[in-house]
Amino acid sequence: MAAAGGIEVKLIGAWPSPFVLRARIALNLKGVEYEFLQEKFEEKSELLLRSNPVYKKIPVLLHHGKPICESMIIVEYVDEAWPAAGRAILPADPYERALHRFWASYVDDKLNPSGAALSKAQTEEAKVEAAGQVIAGLKLLEEAFGRLSKGEGFFGGDDIGYVDIALGCFLGWLKVTEKTSGVKFIDEEKMPLLARWAERFCAHEAVKAVMPEPERLAEFARKRAASAKTPPAN
Amino acid sequence: MGEVDTKGVVLLDFWVSPFGQRCRIALAEKGVEYEFREENLGDKSPLLLKSNPVHKKIPVLIHDGKPVCESLIIVQYIDEAWPDCAPLLPADPYARAQARFWADFIDKKIYECGTRLWKLKGEGQAAAKEELIGILKLLEGELGDKKYFGGDAFGFVDIALVPFVSWFYTYETCAGFSIEEAAPKLVAWGKRCMERESVAKTLSDPHKVYEFVGLLKKRFGVE
Repeated sequence: MAAAGGIEVKLIGAWPSPFVLRARIALNLKGVEYEFLQEKFEEKSELLLRSNPVYKKIPVLLHHGKPICESMIIVEYVDEAWPAAGRAILPADPYERALHRFWASYVDDKLNPSGAALSKAQTEEAKVEAAGQVIAGLKLLEEAFGRLSKGEGFFGGDDIGYVDIALGCFLGWLKVTEKTSGVKFIDEEKMPLLARWAERFCAHEAVKAVMPEPERLAEFARKRAASAKTPPAN
Repeated sequence: MGEVDTKGVVLLDFWVSPFGQRCRIALAEKGVEYEFREENLGDKSPLLLKSNPVHKKIPVLIHDGKPVCESLIIVQYIDEAWPDCAPLLPADPYARAQARFWADFIDKKIYECGTRLWKLKGEGQAAAKEELIGILKLLEGELGDKKYFGGDAFGFVDIALVPFVSWFYTYETCAGFSIEEAAPKLVAWGKRCMERESVAKTLSDPHKVYEFVGLLKKRFGVE
């Protein structure tokens, strides 16, 4: 793929963050070369605080020094700033765009919080309840996949698109949670479309080099729990 | 979203909803004719439940039977489906990203903080008040000396925020403070927006909003 953007593109992030992963996948899909600025976990950099004074969170994309914040806003920016590169991340049709935006919003507004609730759940009862919410949400996405993919392999159709990025970034952490909780979230029998999509997504060229291995994420989570800090999240 | 059997443009809405009002303003700016259907939120219509099965909430814009949900998604849809007049988002990708950022910020912060402000008392309310002042000051900083958030053109961020202007009186009265004192430029911006027909015809009377919140307070057993 032709490189575009040169070193005028920097991404402030951290390798375990699924939100940062979204930005990386979008940049990879467009073949944009960028410098990855890894934040230290203990202390936010001056650059981050200056570039994202409102939320002070990663990811932040810097294009010619100008900051863009919020992961899905970054994804949409990448799509619009490099329109001729790679493939369109959002579809062209206004109604299809609205559907893709809706489901990406669903991931952020409903699915991700129910996942967070699961990781915070203290009692067995709370864990079961929270896991149930996550599965219910994934079932809706299984149905949405049918509608959005139009028979192809991704939410975006024949290639990764907006919703794939929104949801797929969590697959690494999902695998970690499946191991620690013993709950299978994307069950091949109950969610065959998502199960096959998940494999396809993780194997995609734009994803596999930047998606951390679940073992590495699990190790990171263990170390984090040990030093009793909450992970940087968006 | 379940496709339904309606023709033309239908907006499922609730009179005082700032989220619904965003859509109404956008449609008016574009000069789009539509049918406004007031929902009884205590007894949601089959059409609402079919067209927004995931959230079961208003607003829902139904265009030739195809439903669009979530107010800011609806406003972007309106901008893209009727592209030939009154662009609501700027053309430049960076400016668009900034507009989306601030509209999203407004979406995340104002309603939730405002609700705590009228629902809570004592320390909780005081904290919500301070937070709201902080949010409004930040927005005022972003507005600067511009006519609108988008510059000379009324747009996405203005639309995201302006319906809440008719809630200012309620927030001020419940928590005992003046938004004009805290964020005078924002209040001036609100007045400029009210000079636009799309906004003046859409926003609720602030006293009616206050009455409505009074009813909600009774229902929630506040005060």
